[in-house]
Amino acid sequence: MTTTDREFLQRDRSIHPPAFTPDYKTSVLRSPRRAMLSLQSSLSEVTGPTFGHSELGPLDNDLILNYAREGEPIGERIFVHGHVRDENGRGVPNTLVEFWQANAGGRYRHRNDRYLAPIDPNFGGCGRTITDENGFYYFRTIKPGPYPWRNFLNSWRPAHIHFSVFGTGFSQRLITQMYFEGDPLIWRDPMVLGIPDRSAAERLIAPLDLGAAVPLDMLAYKFDIVLRGRQQTMFENKLQGN
Amino acid sequence: MVQPLPTRLQETPSQTAGPYVHIGLIPHQAGFDIFETNFTNVLSQPDTKGERIRIEGRVFDGAGVPVRDVLVEIWQANAAGRYNHPADRQEGKPLDESFRGWGRTGSNFETGVWHFETIKPGPVEGRKGHRPMAPHINLWIAARGINIGLQTRLYFADEAEANADDPVLNLVERGQQRDSLLAKREERDGQIIYVFDIYLQGPNETVFFDV
Repeated sequence: MTTTDREFLQRDRSIHPPAFTPDYKTSVLRSPRRAMLSLQSSLSEVTGPTFGHSELGPLDNDLILNYAREGEPIGERIFVHGHVRDENGRGVPNTLVEFWQANAGGRYRHRNDRYLAPIDPNFGGCGRTITDENGFYYFRTIKPGPYPWRNFLNSWRPAHIHFSVFGTGFSQRLITQMYFEGDPLIWRDPMVLGIPDRSAAERLIAPLDLGAAVPLDMLAYKFDIVLRGRQQTMFENKLQGN
Repeated sequence: MVQPLPTRLQETPSQTAGPYVHIGLIPHQAGFDIFETNFTNVLSQPDTKGERIRIEGRVFDGAGVPVRDVLVEIWQANAAGRYNHPADRQEGKPLDESFRGWGRTGSNFETGVWHFETIKPGPVEGRKGHRPMAPHINLWIAARGINIGLQTRLYFADEAEANADDPVLNLVERGQQRDSLLAKREERDGQIIYVFDIYLQGPNETVFFDV
């Protein structure tokens, strides 16, 4: 009847940054030192919150217009699109995708960001959308600028967009960052380098997608997201078909 | 040679939520308003069934300092012990349409205190062949310096009998901090409050789950 009650596959932690990545200094005191307790999926893990289209506004996925006051924001206009799938390759439909970022100059609209680059009065820097029946999502925005941060004396984040994704069970909850093809800051970044497997880190880099660009308007980048998958068959008590 | 297994995709690697997570997930706390409807830390609506409770706490780093930029999300069953999700087909437990069961909040930038207004969940059935789970709330936390979101559970210290039978609490071996999963009940001005502090690192380290 449904595949949403199946247990999750064990998360492959080797493709994620471990908790303790000392070159990213804040992780030193914020990383657990004991082993996590592995838990097989109960109802508490296979279920998770659901969201409806009625909760979103019509401009929520348009960062060019959703905070426009007296004009449009300054910067490189881009279209970002992709699919949310699970490890079995199935599209994850009707799931909430949220994103946030700095403006074209690398300044965040946040009370704690004091970087000298100015706020853009027409740019908020956040948006959200719900995937369609195939797991597809898209939004319009301005390409964010790199941003200095207090880690090493001369640390700069590559241009990036933060993503938050839900999936169908609370165990799929994921926050990550999308980077842009060709950015020379990527392989100098301790957050990227915290991922032990370089090929896994490469999957956070969105390629330029000229095929989806809008001529005389905006360039496009494609960013696919993979969430954890569920077991293909139930081992306990009942067998279910797809 | 053997037949190849079908290729599985690999999960997208996690990255930290960073210090400005509020912009995307709690814009009002970042200092601006942009969406017409916002997700909040109030789960109970006026017609939601169940005992009103407030849960609150702080998250401490390995030096004992409160983490003041943490994001906390909770996921829980309703007062009857049923999740508002299609995969929950427990019999005899009504769905409460007024209760989504999920909320999010950020800790206070000065004090590090976070809180939710919710209802006490009922017990949920355990995995097949296991005893029912004691009432609990699932927590997920993300912050600057946390590379991959941390999962834990809040149990209620005043449910000693149910807790003693809980299949998950009973997996916690001696030497691990079973008590770190128990929220303590207080009453303040007639309101029921469960205090749940989380220790990321050190002698009182909270039990985190690889779920």
